Amino acid sequence: MAAYVNRCSNLLVFIFILSVFLFVDSQQTTPVNEQHTNTADNPQPAAESATQTAEEGRWEATEVDEAALGDSAADKLGVRASDTFVLTPTPQPKDDFQEELVIRPLHSGDIYASFQFRTLWETDFMRENKVSHYRLFPKSLGQVISKFSVRELHISFTQGYWRTMQWGQPFLPSPPGAELWVWFQDSVTDVDAAWKELTNVLSGIFCASLNFIDSTNTVQPSASFKPLGIVNETDHRFLRYATLPREIVCTENLTPWKKLLPCGSKAGLAVLLKSEKLFHSSFFSQTVHIRPVCQDRECKTTSWELRQTLNVVFDLHTSGQGKREWSLFKMFSRTLTEACPLASSSKIYIDVTDNPQEEYFELSPATPLLSQAVVLGDRRTFSVYDLTQQVTFGTVRSLNLLIRWKSTEGDMLRPLLHAERYVAGYGLQTGEIHTVMYNNHPFRSFPVLLLDSVPWYLRLYIHTLTVTSKGKDNTPSYIHYQPSKDRMRPHLLEMLVQLPPHSVTEVTVQFERALLKWTEYTPDPNHGFYVGSSVISALVPSSVAMDTNITQEQPLFSSFFPCKEESSYFVRVYTEPLLVNLPTPDFSMPYNVICLTCTVVAVGYGSLYNLLTRSFQIEEPNPRLAKKIANFIRRIRGVPLLS
Amino acid sequence: MAAPLTLLLVVAVTIRAALYRSSLAEVIAERVEVVSPITAWKRVIEGLALLDLGVSPYSGDVFHETPLVIYLFHFLVDYAEITFMLADVISAIALYLAVKEYNKQVVRKKQKFALEADRYPQDCLELIRSPKEMLYIPLKVAMFYLLNPFTILSCVAKSTCGLNNAVISLFILTTIKGNALLSAVFLCLATYQSIYPLTLCAPAMLYLMQRQYIPVNYRRASFWWFVVQYLFMYLGSLFVLICLSFFLLGSWDYLPSVYGFILSVPDLTPNIGLFWYFFAEMFEHFRLFFLCVFQINVFFYTVPLSIKLKDHPVFLMFMQLAVISIFKSYPTVGDIALYMALLPVWSHLHRFLRNIFLVSCVLLACSVLFPVLWHLWIYAGSANSNFYYAITLLFNVAQILLVSDYFYAFLRREHHLIHGLYLKKKDGSEATLVLK
Repeated sequence: MAAYVNRCSNLLVFIFILSVFLFVDSQQTTPVNEQHTNTADNPQPAAESATQTAEEGRWEATEVDEAALGDSAADKLGVRASDTFVLTPTPQPKDDFQEELVIRPLHSGDIYASFQFRTLWETDFMRENKVSHYRLFPKSLGQVISKFSVRELHISFTQGYWRTMQWGQPFLPSPPGAELWVWFQDSVTDVDAAWKELTNVLSGIFCASLNFIDSTNTVQPSASFKPLGIVNETDHRFLRYATLPREIVCTENLTPWKKLLPCGSKAGLAVLLKSEKLFHSSFFSQTVHIRPVCQDRECKTTSWELRQTLNVVFDLHTSGQGKREWSLFKMFSRTLTEACPLASSSKIYIDVTDNPQEEYFELSPATPLLSQAVVLGDRRTFSVYDLTQQVTFGTVRSLNLLIRWKSTEGDMLRPLLHAERYVAGYGLQTGEIHTVMYNNHPFRSFPVLLLDSVPWYLRLYIHTLTVTSKGKDNTPSYIHYQPSKDRMRPHLLEMLVQLPPHSVTEVTVQFERALLKWTEYTPDPNHGFYVGSSVISALVPSSVAMDTNITQEQPLFSSFFPCKEESSYFVRVYTEPLLVNLPTPDFSMPYNVICLTCTVVAVGYGSLYNLLTRSFQIEEPNPRLAKKIANFIRRIRGVPLLS
Repeated sequence: MAAPLTLLLVVAVTIRAALYRSSLAEVIAERVEVVSPITAWKRVIEGLALLDLGVSPYSGDVFHETPLVIYLFHFLVDYAEITFMLADVISAIALYLAVKEYNKQVVRKKQKFALEADRYPQDCLELIRSPKEMLYIPLKVAMFYLLNPFTILSCVAKSTCGLNNAVISLFILTTIKGNALLSAVFLCLATYQSIYPLTLCAPAMLYLMQRQYIPVNYRRASFWWFVVQYLFMYLGSLFVLICLSFFLLGSWDYLPSVYGFILSVPDLTPNIGLFWYFFAEMFEHFRLFFLCVFQINVFFYTVPLSIKLKDHPVFLMFMQLAVISIFKSYPTVGDIALYMALLPVWSHLHRFLRNIFLVSCVLLACSVLFPVLWHLWIYAGSANSNFYYAITLLFNVAQILLVSDYFYAFLRREHHLIHGLYLKKKDGSEATLVLK
C-alpha cells in the first residue's frame, strides 16, 4: 500500500506539469468526472484528481450528487438517479477491469453479498490472425471463444436454491446445479459438434462435470434465451442450452474461477473469496458471462465483456451465533486492505434503501458517499465505499464493514413475479408436474415465457397440458413443443402465458415414468432423477423508469440485462429442480433374468420341437436291466432265454 | 342362430357401455397388461395433439401407431368408444361366420368324404363330430371373444389392439370364405399394423389352395402360380398402404417409429411379455444378438408348423396367432383374447388334453396376480420388479403349455383317425402311445 502511495505522489509531480495543458480540456468535457482508470495506464485521471485535490482537498465519487452531500441525510434520499449520471461517454482504454461488491441485508436476517467483476476488451476474436497477446482477459477463455466461434457464453454453478419469497429477486438469477447456454456465430456449420467439444473444454477449465452435457439434456429454446449482447441474428439453431441440476458446486470449481480474475485472489475484492466461508452458506452461485457489447451509444465499436459474478447468501443462524451482527471479517474471515491495482474501479455498495434513518441496522465505518441505482424495477440507495481511495481504509489501513441490526421487524416488498414447481401424484407409474406462477402486481398483467426441459424418461403427454389462472383456462398464445426421443433428446416445452394481475397461474402436465435399462441408472437409483428448473422469463412492469441507455455508467450489478423500454424490466426466475423417482429393475439379477427368460423361450421351443419332429408310436416296453443281464448270462450258458 | 348372437352382442355392448361410464375405465386404461406403448389410447390422443400443434407425431417417442390409425381417429376421436365397441362386434361376427363356414366344410367335405371312402377305422366314429355337436361352436366362439374379460378390458381401455383383432378376424373370415383378394388385403392391413401377422401368410395360402384343390407340391406349376398370385396381391396392397401412409403425413418418419419400435424394443415399459425385463437387464454388448434371437422366434416356427400342419391350415392359423401373441415384443391381453376365442373350435380335442386343468388354473391365478404384484411394486413399494417379472414368466409358461397341449392333442387325434382309437400291441394288450 505504501508503495502505491509513493508511486502516486511521484506521478503527481510529473502530472502537475501536464495538468496545465489538460486542465482546460477536462473542465470542458467532464463537469463531473467519471474516470477511474488505472493510474499506471493513463495519467489523465491522476491529473484530474490532482486538480481536484488542490481545489477541494477531497475526492468525490462520481455517482454521488455533490449538492446532496452538503444536505442532511434525509435529503439524500430525494436525489434522482438520472441527475447523478450527467456525463458524456469518454474514450475507454483497450481493456478495462472493474470490480464491485454489493451487500444487501435481507429482511430474513440473512445477508446477500454479490461480487461483480467485469473485464472489457476491445478486440476481435474472430479475425483471421489469432489474438495472442492477453493482458486482463483470461487467455483460456479467449482461446475458447476464437476456437469455437462463440458469440455469447453464459455459465453458472450454483449450490442451493434462491428463495425469492424470502430474499427478493437476485441481481443475477441462476438455477441450482450448473447451467450453460451458448450462442455460436452463424459461421459455425456443425453446431452440435462444436457444442460437444466446447462442453468438454469448459469442463476442464472449470473442473466441473459439464462433460455430462450431451444430446439428452441439451435443448434449443426458441424464445427464452435471446442474446444479451449485440444482436445480429437470433436463429435459435445457433443456441444451445443445458442444465445439470445434479451438479455439486464446491472449492474445485471456485479455484479455477478465481484464476480468471486479473488479480487472482491476491488483491482486491477477491481476497474475500475464501472457500471455507463461501461454502458455509445458504446459497452460493458463481457465473461467467461472455458477450460482445457496445462501447458507445452509436455502437460504432464493440468489445468483449467478460463478467464474472459470485453471489452468496449467508445464513444468520449457522454462523451468527444468535447475535444479529455482520462484518466482512465474520462473513469472509478476511478484511480488505487494497483494491486490485489493475482495476479501474473497485467499490463496495451496501443497500441502505430500507434503512434511511439507520433504524434497522447500523453501518460502520460510516461513509458519506451515497449512490442510487434502478435495480429490478426499484430505485435503491446504496452507501458506497471506494477502495481506490486511501481514505476508505482509514487509519488502520484495513476495511472491515460492520452491520449491526437494531430491530428485527420490517417487511420486504413482495417480488412481483415468482414461481414454484412440484410433482404431484403417487406411485411410480405416472405423475403430474405442477408449475405455479404468481403475479403479485396489483393491477398490471404481463406475459411470461415458460421454458421446461424435461428428460426423456419422463414421458410428457402434451394433450394433458392445462394452464389455469383464477380458476379459468388461460390458453397460451404461443406454444413451442418438441417431443423427446428415447435416449436422444429431452422434451422442450416453451410457452407464452399472460399472467392476469394479482393472480396465481398453474401449469400442469402429466407424465409417465419409463423403466430404463439397468446400466442407465445412476449409482444411487432410488435417490431419484433430477429434472432441471423451469425458466420463467418476463418483462415485468416497473414502478420507476428504467435506464435504457446501456452505455451510461451504472453500477455493474444493475446493468446486466439490457433494458429496451423504460416501463418494464427483464426478470428471469428459476423454479426448484424436481427430484423424481423411477421404477427400478433389480440390479443384482441380470444373469438370473437372462437364464430364466431364456428357459421359458426354450420351454416353448422344446415343446414345439418335440411335437414337430417326433411321431406317435405304440410303446414297446423295454426289458428291464436285470432281465437283460440274466438273458446275457443265459445266452453264454446256452440256456433258453427268459421272455 | 341369429337371435342368440344378437342377444350376445347386446349383452357385450351393454357391459362395455356400462364400464365406459364407470370410474373403472380410467384405471383400466392405465393398466400395463391391457395397453402397450403401441396400442395405448393415451398415446393416440397424444399423437393427435401433436398433429394439432403442428409437430409430426413421429418426431417424438410417444406415438407409435400407424398413420392410418391417426387418420382414422382424426375423424372418429369423438366416437372412439363406439368405434372400439364396433371393432369388437365386427371381430365377433367375423369369427362367428368364419367358424360356421369352417365347420360346414369340415362336416361336408372332410368327414363325409373320409367316411364314405372308408379312410377312417371303424372305432374312430366317436372321434368324429356330428353336425349337431358342432351347432353351437360358432356361437361359443363369439361368446369367448366378446365376453372374455381380456377383450372387455382391452375394449374399455380403448386399446387399438381391438382394431388389429378386427382386421385379423376379417382376414380369417375372408380366407375361410375363399376370397383370395380380400384375404390378402386384410392380411396386409394386419401386417401394416404390427408386422407379426406376416406369418399368417402361410396358413392363408395353404387354406386357399386346399379350397381350390391345388396340390401343395412344389413341383407343380399351379402351386407356384397360386403363391405368386397371392404374394402379388399381398405385397401390392402393402405397397399401396405404405405409399398411402407416406402421402398422409408427407414423410417416411413413421417407418422407424412404428416398425423400428416394434423390432428394436426401445421402450421397456413392463407388460405381460418376455421382452421388457429381459432387455432391461441385458448386457449392452449382447443386446443386438438376443434381440435377433427373440424376434426370429416369432417367425421361426412358421416353416416347420406349415410343413407339419399343411393339411390343417385353420389349426395352423390358430397356432400362429398363439405363437405371435406369446412371443411378440409388446403383447397385451387383447392379443391373447383373439386366439383364446378360437379354443371352442377345438373342443373335440379335450379328451386328449393332458394338463388343461393346471394350465387354466395358472392362467387364472396369474391374471389375478398381475394387478396385485404391480400394486406392490409400483405403489406400495413393498415388492420389487422381480415379483411382477416372475408372474409374467409363469403366465407365458402357461400359455406355451396351453398351446403345445392343443398341438399335441390335435396331432394325437389325427393319429387316431388313421390308426384307430383303441390301439393294441402285438400281443393284443392295450397299447400306450408315445412320441418317438
